[in-house]
Amino acid sequence: MFENLTSLEWLLWLILAGLLLFGLMAVNALAAVYAERKLSAFMQDRLGPMGQGAGFHAGKWGMLQTVADALKLILKEDIIPRAADRRLFIIAPYIIFIGAFIAIAALPFSEYIQVIDINLGIFYLLAVCSLGVVGLITAGWASDNKWSLYGALRSAAQIVSYEIPAALSIIVVVMLTSTLDLQGIIRSQEGVIWGILPNWIIFNNPFAFLAFFIYFISGVAETNRTPFDIPEAESELVAGFHTEYSGMRWAFFFLSEYANMFIVCGIATVAFLGGWQSPVPGFMDSGAWGLFWFFGKVLFLIFVMIWFRWTFPRLRVDQLMGVAWKVLLPLALLNIFGVGLWSLYIG
Amino acid sequence: MVLNIGPQHPSTHGVLRLKVKTDGEIVSEITPIIGYLHRCFEKHCENLSYEQVIPYTDRCDYIASMNNNFGYVVAVEELMGIEVPERVEYIRVIMAELNRIASHLLALGTYGLDIGAFTPFLYMFRDRERILDLFEMTCGARLLYNYMWVGGLSHDLPVGFVEAAYDFLDYFEPQVKEYNDLLTYNKIFIERTADIGVLPAEVAINYGVTGPNLRGSGVAWDLRKAEPYSVYDRFEFDIPVGKGLVGSVGDCWDRYWVRVQEMLESVKIIRQALQKMPSEGDVHAALPKKVRPPKGSIYKRTESPRGDLGYYIISSGKPVPFRIKMRSPAFTALCVLDEIARGWMISDVLAILGSLDIVLGEIDR
Repeated sequence: MFENLTSLEWLLWLILAGLLLFGLMAVNALAAVYAERKLSAFMQDRLGPMGQGAGFHAGKWGMLQTVADALKLILKEDIIPRAADRRLFIIAPYIIFIGAFIAIAALPFSEYIQVIDINLGIFYLLAVCSLGVVGLITAGWASDNKWSLYGALRSAAQIVSYEIPAALSIIVVVMLTSTLDLQGIIRSQEGVIWGILPNWIIFNNPFAFLAFFIYFISGVAETNRTPFDIPEAESELVAGFHTEYSGMRWAFFFLSEYANMFIVCGIATVAFLGGWQSPVPGFMDSGAWGLFWFFGKVLFLIFVMIWFRWTFPRLRVDQLMGVAWKVLLPLALLNIFGVGLWSLYIG
Repeated sequence: MVLNIGPQHPSTHGVLRLKVKTDGEIVSEITPIIGYLHRCFEKHCENLSYEQVIPYTDRCDYIASMNNNFGYVVAVEELMGIEVPERVEYIRVIMAELNRIASHLLALGTYGLDIGAFTPFLYMFRDRERILDLFEMTCGARLLYNYMWVGGLSHDLPVGFVEAAYDFLDYFEPQVKEYNDLLTYNKIFIERTADIGVLPAEVAINYGVTGPNLRGSGVAWDLRKAEPYSVYDRFEFDIPVGKGLVGSVGDCWDRYWVRVQEMLESVKIIRQALQKMPSEGDVHAALPKKVRPPKGSIYKRTESPRGDLGYYIISSGKPVPFRIKMRSPAFTALCVLDEIARGWMISDVLAILGSLDIVLGEIDR
């Protein structure tokens, strides 16, 4: 669709898409934070944010709580520590944000809604997802704070380690669908398998089933969520790499953290759960329903992540590395082998 | 690299500063620096009458104020030779044990928080709240009670207390299973605490570590059994000791587990005390007109939730004590930190610190 656009139309298209994506990220963060607060509250026998009475308050059931939070962050004083490396300190949140932003651009929200459909889609997503770690290290180093440095180094080690099992389990998907194109991957998951189940990759064979869990666990680790939240372990490192940040700069970290959750869950949905395909083929399957199914699946996975966070304790640094290198990596390698044999002899 | 953990840090359980020498994530030396909460408790006591000291004892270990009151009044009563009515003794035991449960709930909850589990903390606080409600019902205060007086109590139990206490116990016992399901036997929790920070029994004894920390190392030493004070000799209960169920004896998990079991033992004691408690009796009957112990001194120790809480009181025959010294179990527990946490990772140091369950109000006094 881009071939016959003039350069002005190109520019307009870019700006429009950028604004839409930014809006999506902001709404996603607002909604996810609200969900996080409310869900944690329900899991912990609390009410969570509740607005009551007249005057300024957080709205019915605290719906405006995150809006108020965002306002507070915008109005907050911007503090840059005197010892910090100013340029790096300022640029770090944007690096992380850009990493999340360009990843979200390639996600297929439905059959027709996708900002840019590149034929290397899933490869591109895996590649740009790891861009954020540059920002993390920059932030941790530039803050000139020992705690931030610890957080940054931990997260660098963690994200790099977990990318390997994540990528290896995506290879399973590529092997089964023989395409790197996101829409192509989704299209190949059409129909029914084993009689009743939708023909999603996760149900394709036992190895793919395992691959989904490897990917999802690695995804949780890549987004620094509990039980893998050691880079910002609040009871050890207080806040890790973003300890020294405040106001809008901090909000950018926050925004990209939730955007990263969305991306990881989005990739999992596309690669394993049939993207915008309906779970029952032919049922509510056309047009805008794709949007519904895609967001439904992504939000469910985000819910699972939130559920994890309020249930599990946190692993230790070396245990976390142990999980990545000693458990997930061998399993992911075996998986590739298994899928190869499966598609050769059975599938 | 030298890292300062604290004095403002979420996992130091108060204003403690740990000067930690690290090599990457590995900790090679830990120096606890205390005194940020020093309020001259012992010096103050030399200028206060014996009754006025009681609210100060509240503020030492503010998590277990009833037990602090208890130890102090028992010591002064023994010095003066006062026999308190039986009902008073039973009420004191009930309060002390309820307070022990509340204290352990807080210790376990914040320990979960140190490990990174947020939800058990709130569950335990929810249940602790019910104990605080019972205290509020009894003496109006929720944290600093000033409830036990020399020779008696400030108030008798209010109407409906016994039923409310039974209600709480019936509610609480099944809750322990919930904690176990959510935290105690969680795989990640066990990974983080089993075999970590092992405190061998002889090291614990050499350092004078007492309470659940010592029992976690497998030594069945509990003053309620070993040197029964008040009416503790009339109750049936066990002393849970660390058995190394998931790791080795004396690791963080054992110290944690001993506290869980102790809560159940406290429930047993409270049930028996509620049953045996005489229903009549004036809690003010034995209050002395003037608290003026004869010349002499006494060292009396009681089992607080943190261990062996001792008061050394020297009386010069005046209404003001000549000297009061408090032996703090949390202080000795902190002393052993460097010994058992050296060579572990930063995350482990905080896990070990949490498992020792220190209260800075008591360490600094």
